[in-house]
Amino acid sequence: MGEKVLMKGNEAIAEAAIAAGCRHFFGYPITPQTEVAAYMSKRMPKIGGVYLQGESEVASINMVLGAAASGVRAMTSTSSPGISLMSEGISYIAGSDVPCLIVNVQRGGPGLGGIQPSQSDYNQATKASGHGDFHMIVFAPSTVQETVDLISDAFDLGDKYRVPTMVLSDGMLGQMMEPVVLPEPKDPNNDCKEWAACGHKDKRKHNVINSLNTDPPTLERLNFERFERYAKIIENEQRAEEYLCDDADIIIVAFGASSRVSRSAIDKARKEGIKVGMVRPITLWPFPEKFIKKYADSAKRFLTVEMNMGQMVNDVKLAIECKKPVSFYGRTGGMIPTTKEVYEQIVKLNGGEQ
Amino acid sequence: MKVMGEKPKALTDAPFHYCPGCTHGIVHRLVAEVIDELGIEGKTVGVASVGCSVYSYNYFACDMVQAPHGRAPAVATGVKRARPDNVVFTYQGDGDLAAIGAGETVHAAARGENIVAIFINNAIYGMTGGQMAPTTLPGQVTQTTPYGRDVKVAGNPIRVCEMLSSLDGVALAQRVTVDCVKNVKAAKKAIKKAFEYQLAGKGYCIIEVVSTCPTNWGMAPTDALQWLRDNMLPYYPLGVYKDIGEAKE
Repeated sequence: MGEKVLMKGNEAIAEAAIAAGCRHFFGYPITPQTEVAAYMSKRMPKIGGVYLQGESEVASINMVLGAAASGVRAMTSTSSPGISLMSEGISYIAGSDVPCLIVNVQRGGPGLGGIQPSQSDYNQATKASGHGDFHMIVFAPSTVQETVDLISDAFDLGDKYRVPTMVLSDGMLGQMMEPVVLPEPKDPNNDCKEWAACGHKDKRKHNVINSLNTDPPTLERLNFERFERYAKIIENEQRAEEYLCDDADIIIVAFGASSRVSRSAIDKARKEGIKVGMVRPITLWPFPEKFIKKYADSAKRFLTVEMNMGQMVNDVKLAIECKKPVSFYGRTGGMIPTTKEVYEQIVKLNGGEQ
Repeated sequence: MKVMGEKPKALTDAPFHYCPGCTHGIVHRLVAEVIDELGIEGKTVGVASVGCSVYSYNYFACDMVQAPHGRAPAVATGVKRARPDNVVFTYQGDGDLAAIGAGETVHAAARGENIVAIFINNAIYGMTGGQMAPTTLPGQVTQTTPYGRDVKVAGNPIRVCEMLSSLDGVALAQRVTVDCVKNVKAAKKAIKKAFEYQLAGKGYCIIEVVSTCPTNWGMAPTDALQWLRDNMLPYYPLGVYKDIGEAKE
């Protein structure tokens, strides 16, 4: 460990989770996340871990619920349609205040959609991952190295706030190979957490991991308490990278795969003297509004570049309180915007067109 | 003064919310007595399902996890795989286990998950007010089969123990009832065997308890018990459908 190795994004997700002390993986086959599960099935038996293929995504997320409720680090990975099936379980996990990691290697939708990269689960991940009032902390890596780093953070923050966390990857980041340095592996800490259901050993009152409460005032209070935690997360955990923003007239907001394309387009435009920069959200929830808001006065306009139909546009408008126009450029259905396309958008906006 | 009987330690002091004559109370007590007798409360984790018995997490004194509707076998799988030294059981009704959770049940059984399923079959959805269950008898009137269950329209009931007994992962599949003292004793023996099998690592055990729902059947408790004898037991015969005995470790 510590040396640089060449790894496929999906395999790096798996190895990073193991390095973060996760020894419990449950999942169901789906493209383009397949390598995460395949890698886990190879590694877990060798290190005393659990790899179990559930009979469905529905079962798999509930296995995660059970394992995580017993106080161990547990995770699943899937691709877009699989998240829809897991929505029920994610809601119960959030409502039961159980930390776990869910990886979504996104593909094109809706429905069965396609198997090529997409970011069209942005709204689902950040706003509606299931029924009821709840959130997950959602990370959006843009490189294989960042994926590795964020997996560890996702587990740590999940434990800290007792919330489910998501790493929102996509078919491009999952399938590409890049050099990575893996972190020093942590020992899995499977000690019983004080809140967990792992047997009271006749030493305490029973723990109940539960999302049911039929008394409205109590259920409201529990939701209020959860949202006090969310307020702390919004205050403390927003993350973004700022790239050439200080003098920028145009600020691109893009995350994940589309931020890589945007960065190349910005570099090209800068050579032409166009003042363009980027705020790259690393957390999608909490949305890094602090970072974007800073440029609401200095920048003349904003552009989101997404692999969907503009799901992030409204979040940018809210972050800058609609002080400046926000344009959108995106491809969808598994298409990836090219540097040339984004560059042309920049040139167009620089000329005053919207 | 000699104590002739007392509440099992594995039950909390919370009063049951169940309707008068409901057999959940008896089965809860049997499970708790078994947990006491085996001395395993401290390492037992129960999984409550959705339905009337969802509140079993208030009644069992061991650690409890509440599962989404039908998902108790998957949740129990997660707990047991993560904590193999714990004793893990699910407590599920017929809608939970044999309708919405049929997939999870069959696959947990097929994998031979080393868990115990306590299955309450009273042929009706209790909590939502008496709708057709996967085990509602042909011709039986419920809120959603107001003219009696017409199997040509609503399909046929599922005999769960018979179905699961064909799966290699099942160590014990036994159907019992709690309509009289003799059968209550037999039911307890079966439940105890299931927990002992888990302690010995034998695999998936299911104890189906043919039960009543006086409220939604629209009967007095004693009439409900007689209806169970006359109608349920002929369709769901008591007995051991699979028992691998001492064969497998």
